[in-house]
Amino acid sequence: MMQVSNTIKTLLQLLILCFSLQSFAVSDTVPEGAVSSKEQVDEYILHHLKDSHDFHLFSYTSDSGERKHVGFPLPVILWSNNGLATFMSSEFHHDDNGHVIVEKNGSKFVKLHSKIYELDAGASTVSFDEEHHATNAHKVLDFSITKSVVGVLLVGLLMLLAFSSLAKQYGKKNIPTGFGRVLEPLVLYVRDEIARPNIGEKHYRRFTGYLLTVFFFIWVLNLLGLTPFGFNVTGQIAVTACLAIFTLIIYTVSGNKDYWMHILWMPGVPVFVKPILAIIELAGAFIIKPFSLLVRLFANISAGHIVVMSLIAIMFTLKESLGVAGATGLSLVLSFFITLIEVLVAFLQAYIFTALSALFIGMAVAEHDHEHEHDSHGHEVADVEDVRGDFI
Amino acid sequence: MEVLLNDFSPGLFIVQTILLLGLIFLMVKFAWKPILNSLNERETGIEEALAAAEKAKADMQNLQADNEKMLQEARAERESMLKEAREIKEKMIADSKEQAKAEGDKMLKQAQATIESEKKAAVADIKSQVAELSVAIAEKVLKEDLSSNDKQLKLVDTMLSDIKLN
Repeated sequence: MMQVSNTIKTLLQLLILCFSLQSFAVSDTVPEGAVSSKEQVDEYILHHLKDSHDFHLFSYTSDSGERKHVGFPLPVILWSNNGLATFMSSEFHHDDNGHVIVEKNGSKFVKLHSKIYELDAGASTVSFDEEHHATNAHKVLDFSITKSVVGVLLVGLLMLLAFSSLAKQYGKKNIPTGFGRVLEPLVLYVRDEIARPNIGEKHYRRFTGYLLTVFFFIWVLNLLGLTPFGFNVTGQIAVTACLAIFTLIIYTVSGNKDYWMHILWMPGVPVFVKPILAIIELAGAFIIKPFSLLVRLFANISAGHIVVMSLIAIMFTLKESLGVAGATGLSLVLSFFITLIEVLVAFLQAYIFTALSALFIGMAVAEHDHEHEHDSHGHEVADVEDVRGDFI
Repeated sequence: MEVLLNDFSPGLFIVQTILLLGLIFLMVKFAWKPILNSLNERETGIEEALAAAEKAKADMQNLQADNEKMLQEARAERESMLKEAREIKEKMIADSKEQAKAEGDKMLKQAQATIESEKKAAVADIKSQVAELSVAIAEKVLKEDLSSNDKQLKLVDTMLSDIKLN
């Protein structure tokens, strides 16, 4: 066991070394990466919100007027018409406008707005239409280790290290010490405040592992997004969609007879209403619930990043009207407070995603007793579904 | 919406799915299962310990109540014994008083009876002596010269005074 972990450590160190050795300072002829005007700020923010193929730390303009980028490239893995193609993202030389063409396995690739396109057969340069869309290139399936994937791997590794060390502590003592003392109440919080009340005493054990993983995954990634490394993993719609679909699969698979009865043939309503309700309920279960999960997380985190970056950009955009000191001061004060709020939002969104997942799972495994759910006037007594209605 | 769909990267989605599956699996196996099991164990341990403490407390209380009861019983017993003893004492005193009184009465009666009989005997004796004296006086009178009345009377007087003296 020790040997294995040592080997893993050595491998990791090697990997990091590889990346850092390749760390590059490629120069551009024009300092186009500089951000100072309003349009450039907008473009920069939009660019940041997207996934990136290399890990960019910062850029500066050297004395000779060259634009230097500091960071390290990440591997690009593509499934093209000619099969698998792999290369390092440094081969694009920070080009994002489809100018640099990389040839691999007989396919030509360009990077355009953070996406990699494969040129159609016979084409040698990308041609654009009026809206700057490529006309002779198509998207490829991109399995690259992008910045988001690095973030996911990093968080996964951190979680594994932190929580497996906590798990190990319990072998020796009843009450964890050190960092484990911080982690234990969080685990208890998710179990006792999210899983147990929403799913119910009888079934919550089965789903606690998933809920705990998702909670810490989202929370730590949200927090990582607030660091200057500029991760925006939970702001990637593919990531939130994946999380939402996991929840969808779990509550669909574990739904009991009552749950499906409620969806397909709602008891306690006139027969002609039942098919209409079935359509609504099916849409709710398979489209609205996962969509609300994925959009809420994506939108909140993206909006947070946009607001923080816009407030930082006040430094440049209001330089003329407020002066350097005024703009910088205003920007610092505003972005400081909004960052504090974002720290709260990071937790809140992780909580909401996990709590709603737990609620949906709870609805699917709840054991209804219809005889008792209607009061003497025939009205349905408030239950989980009304609560769900308040949330969506 | 178009922008959102354009931003959606199927490759990232697939990579994320694989990574998340792996992460859930590893976390459940190496972290959550042992952590939650230990937490449950600890909680049941605490619950059991609390129940045991509660039970011990109840036992203690029972024991104390028993003790109290026994003490009370002992006290009551002592009380009743003391009372009984007092009663016995009083009864004995009363009895002996009664007995003494009866004895005294009896003795008094006996003494009275004795006195009565002595008295009777004395009277009888006096009577017999008077009779004897009368006979002796009569003898002496008869022997004397009963010439004159005076002499006779004088004789009687002397006789009587003699008797008185007797």
